[in-house]
Amino acid sequence: MRFHWFHLMPYQDLPPDFSERYHSVWVDVPSRLFDPVACHRMYHEYLDELEAADRLGFDGICVNEHHQNAYGMMPSPNLMASTLARRTSHAAIVVMGNSIALYNPPTRVAEEFAMLDVLSGGRLVAGFPVGTSMDSNYCYGQTPATLRDKYDEAHDLILQAWTRPEPFAFNGKYTQLRYVNIWPRPYQKPHPPIWVPGGGSIETWEWVARRNYVYSYLSYSGYKRGKRLMDGYWDTVDRLGIDHNPYRAGFAQVVVVADSDNQAEADYWEHVQYFYNKCLHVYPGFADAPGYRTMRTLEAQLPSLSGSTPAPARQAATWRDLVDGGAVVAGSPATVRDQLREVIKTLHVGHLMVLIQIGNMPREKALRSTELFAREVLPALRGMWSEWPDHWYPSGAQAVTP
Amino acid sequence: MSARPVPIRDGLFSVEVAESGTGRPTLYLHGELLPPTWQPWMDGFATDRRLIAPQHPGFGRSTGLEHLDDLLDLVVYYLDVLDVLDLDAFDLIGESFGGMLAAEIAAFAPRRVRRLALIAPIGLWIDGVPTPDVFGLPASELHQLAWSDPSSQAARGFAPDLGDDAERFRATIERTRSLMAAGKFVWPIADKGLRKRLHRITAPTLLLWGDRDQVVQPAYGRLFQGKIRGSELVTVANAGHFPLLEQPPEAVAALRSFFDR
Repeated sequence: MRFHWFHLMPYQDLPPDFSERYHSVWVDVPSRLFDPVACHRMYHEYLDELEAADRLGFDGICVNEHHQNAYGMMPSPNLMASTLARRTSHAAIVVMGNSIALYNPPTRVAEEFAMLDVLSGGRLVAGFPVGTSMDSNYCYGQTPATLRDKYDEAHDLILQAWTRPEPFAFNGKYTQLRYVNIWPRPYQKPHPPIWVPGGGSIETWEWVARRNYVYSYLSYSGYKRGKRLMDGYWDTVDRLGIDHNPYRAGFAQVVVVADSDNQAEADYWEHVQYFYNKCLHVYPGFADAPGYRTMRTLEAQLPSLSGSTPAPARQAATWRDLVDGGAVVAGSPATVRDQLREVIKTLHVGHLMVLIQIGNMPREKALRSTELFAREVLPALRGMWSEWPDHWYPSGAQAVTP
Repeated sequence: MSARPVPIRDGLFSVEVAESGTGRPTLYLHGELLPPTWQPWMDGFATDRRLIAPQHPGFGRSTGLEHLDDLLDLVVYYLDVLDVLDLDAFDLIGESFGGMLAAEIAAFAPRRVRRLALIAPIGLWIDGVPTPDVFGLPASELHQLAWSDPSSQAARGFAPDLGDDAERFRATIERTRSLMAAGKFVWPIADKGLRKRLHRITAPTLLLWGDRDQVVQPAYGRLFQGKIRGSELVTVANAGHFPLLEQPPEAVAALRSFFDR
């Protein structure tokens, strides 16, 4: 079983009345709320936390890409991955990932990922997200109707750029290049493992399974809600006659650990609240541009969405709502252990991405929670799925045994 | 009114065409924000002319959107539609997205369009008067913005909260499909070069605008007027983005008096 420490790098200093007073945390979040001096501090604390996770024995450290928002301040995750490649030496560097449809030409991603792979000595996981609608359609102006087609083409170009030994011409609908011949080339052969973060699009399941990539579901509703989607993925894997190796799947889960269950609430509720109320305060008009989800996915999801929790109700959620609903796995090491065992089994996932620094959680608390996790949770679950080989872990990475 | 599917390019596309009346052929190109269905004002308008209303690819029952990559593809598709429908010389009306398209067709095929009416067309951009992002507005907010009086009987008929769950579900799917299809050609800003082609329009042109249009503000009417030689701008009082629905007597009368000249 693999555990990856996932950072969003949220902005911590949003005002208390942020969600009542401001339109959205994403796309048009007011620039006057941003303080570069505060962000300087946050960046360094966040990198400290990721570096600590490497030393404490996590299998991977994760960064990801978002734009024009206070939810996750990494427009370029590759910059963070680059410094992590220098300051860490064990864990996989999981860039989760580069929104490949946004780059012109997409060979830029092939080049930067090759650089990171070489720099880190083959520790890179290459994540290929479509990107949220906020990022891809509203901030980066991509046409919703063609986003997925453009993504597919970018994927094909990057794979060819990594693997074809001779210079070649690429005549795509979105990118035309006379000479593709990237330099440097990836350290891992034939290329770094590819993980695809999904938000529940049903087409993605088959696309990922057929290509033998990792499907990783990122959601803040927790494993109970996530089960329906992961089941959809595994059903697709079944239908295609592919094995059920749990390492084909990843799941992101908010996890906080304290000495006791009560202590967890006392220590972390404020930060969990900040995350759910402020960091997820996305204006509904930006959440899902028309055409961002395919009509097939929309038709599959809409009936269940009409009964789902709307944003204002989520803001009123209590600690118990979030913990009992599985959105947040919280408590003593024993509680967290038991619950995560359940998450891992229920979802049949080999890669768990844990979000431990959450909202405006300060470094000391994030490190405390991380240490407890590393010492008292991780070792007990490490042996799960030992009967399966993990073909999707970078060849140059090896978690340290602290 | 009768409606039928018409194959285009050996069936690569199917265009759903509604029509009514006999007389001078008049092509009507619908907008992107309301269902592309036949409206009551069209019956009144089609008493002494033949009104032909196709649905754009990806809207309603028309298919083939996946074969069109950009606005040029769409204009060429419409030139094919005109050929199949035997429209050599016709009057042309377009609203909003359909207005932009009508202007493109009139610029590409100026000899075929006899008279042109553009109702609050999109297609231009003024830095000082940015149009709101209709794609990024939930249906309820768009409804508030697009009508001069959102609570009027005319507007209520198009309110997004009508009907039971199943009807709202269907309406959401329809609305999303329409905006996705329009977005394929005009995302994220509808300024796709029409400005450089408007000089080619030779048809006498009417620009019809609601005085309270907040989707394409009246300033755009004046800009279009300045760019289409000899065009006239008529403003309908107490109307938003849908003057034909919100103030039908005045708006239809304005169309009539222009086309009957």
